[in-house]
Amino acid sequence: MSLKLLRDLPKGDLHSEIMTLNMGPQHPSTHGVLQVKLRLDGETVIDLDPVLGYLHRGKEKHSEHLSYWKCMPFMDRLDYLAPLQSEICYALAVEKLCGIEVPDRASAIRVAIAECMRLTAHLVWFGTSALEVGAVTPFFLAFREREDLFDLLDELTGLRTNQEYIRFGGVAADVQSDWARRLKEWADRFPKCVDEYELLLTGNRIWYDRSRGIGKLTADQALALGLTGPNLRASGVPHDLRKVEPYSGYEKYDFDIPVGTQGDVYDRYLVKLEEMRQSAKIISQAIGGLPEGEFIARDYRYVLPPKDKVFSSMEELIYQFKIVTDMRPPTGEVYQAIEAGKGELGIYVIADGGTNPYRLHFRAPSFVNMMALKPTCVGRPIADVVAIIGSIDFVMGECDR
Amino acid sequence: MVERHGDTRATIAPEMVAERLNEHLARAKGQRLDLSKDGLLAFEVTRDRLLEFFVALRDDESLQFKLPLDVTAVDRSGSEPRFEVVYHLYSILLKMRIRIKTRCTERDPVVPSAVAIYPGLEFHEREVFDFFGIRFEGHPDLRRILMPEEFEGFPLRKDYPVEGIEPERVYRMNGGVMMPRPQGAEPIDGARCDTP
Repeated sequence: MSLKLLRDLPKGDLHSEIMTLNMGPQHPSTHGVLQVKLRLDGETVIDLDPVLGYLHRGKEKHSEHLSYWKCMPFMDRLDYLAPLQSEICYALAVEKLCGIEVPDRASAIRVAIAECMRLTAHLVWFGTSALEVGAVTPFFLAFREREDLFDLLDELTGLRTNQEYIRFGGVAADVQSDWARRLKEWADRFPKCVDEYELLLTGNRIWYDRSRGIGKLTADQALALGLTGPNLRASGVPHDLRKVEPYSGYEKYDFDIPVGTQGDVYDRYLVKLEEMRQSAKIISQAIGGLPEGEFIARDYRYVLPPKDKVFSSMEELIYQFKIVTDMRPPTGEVYQAIEAGKGELGIYVIADGGTNPYRLHFRAPSFVNMMALKPTCVGRPIADVVAIIGSIDFVMGECDR
Repeated sequence: MVERHGDTRATIAPEMVAERLNEHLARAKGQRLDLSKDGLLAFEVTRDRLLEFFVALRDDESLQFKLPLDVTAVDRSGSEPRFEVVYHLYSILLKMRIRIKTRCTERDPVVPSAVAIYPGLEFHEREVFDFFGIRFEGHPDLRRILMPEEFEGFPLRKDYPVEGIEPERVYRMNGGVMMPRPQGAEPIDGARCDTP
């Protein structure tokens, strides 16, 4: 049998077929354990199916069998790039359920911390999404600043990630003035670092070509898909929960909401970079003007007693034990939403008067963002899938719960 | 390229919104539920009228509930009908969210799928099917989403034990070694990958 050269074959005789390609769950560009099943016609994606659930840990089921306090560590492990944001959301939900008043100082600390979390998560997004399209330097720069921030958070909470710092009614420990000064210094310095990031990518021809016009979503499409957060704002809808339904006193701070026009990868990038500058501005205001007062409410029905007294006094020890194991919020249901880094994080708690939540449900922005993959990737070459996955921004811990 | 927006608040009178909502609710023969702790307006609509209620809320120019946030279910085990499917919708125009509930029985756990109206509910409905076994009629691709496809049972039902059901039903553990699947426990179709 002799080999035929390609040019000798008659037209239409070329062997062609639709190929199915698995991307992940160990693919480096799929941030954790996401598997994407692609159907390819040559280089072009004709269908796409995200396979979720590799990181499913049954948090919603477990929560029904644990007391309200014991559910708190689950929140850290939802979006593990921004653990305290989910904690704040859960704490706000339970506070609404129980009617706990949070002191102003605690709210201001929470705002500063939540914005720190937005920054750490956005920095990971910035570094990795640039890395995926071949730019290595941004990753190192982003992690340089993230490391400084982690050192500060480590000092405040005792842990670098999964901090468990939020308590019902406030926060676990007070902020020292020296620490507040150093965080403010960091936040004042940070916008210059964002300028540095912009120098690397914003005007970069390769980055521009890889991201402009890629993964476009119109405002109507984004709304219909249920997208929130930076992905919705990049499509031109000025919707931010920190502005439209302020929680924890966000109405006191002066900041802007960046909104894109095109809804493509490049706009999502610009929106998030500007958000980082605005977050630094909020941190600076919140931690700079920290009001005096208590860092946790003194409501002995639902709030843990001071730790030093727990170690020395019998009464407080009993209270601590009672609250952790036998706290009973009144019957009712609460849907609490906050503006997390990836979109609206909603926690839906149903209390039936018992010690455990009757139902605890997470409306995870990463899970919703996953639905945006199909409409943005179909019809694009496979190389764009990587850029789009990077820009859509999700964390599998939150997506799979 | 990137514009900045400051505070933008709703300018439509709440009375008018309430009036429009009540009108649609009356047409869908639904009922208003009590305000919960979070102060959200909540409605209950029967499943036959659910989709028309959604269409009315979405297409009404003065309401524009265009952003589907979430679908979940609650197992009210012991009361009848057993399952409660809860929708949360948001209106960018009104800066307002609402909660809509519908119910279905254990015998007939079927609710019409709202994916044609709100494409953003596709994964949520798959999740509710996965965890509660509630079928969404008309869903384009109703499969399990977070649990493995060969998984049996619906884990968020109240009668499903938190520690799971007898592991040897699917895998047999033997001194910490995973044994091959026992006879008759082949994965259902579609659980295998197309490519190695």
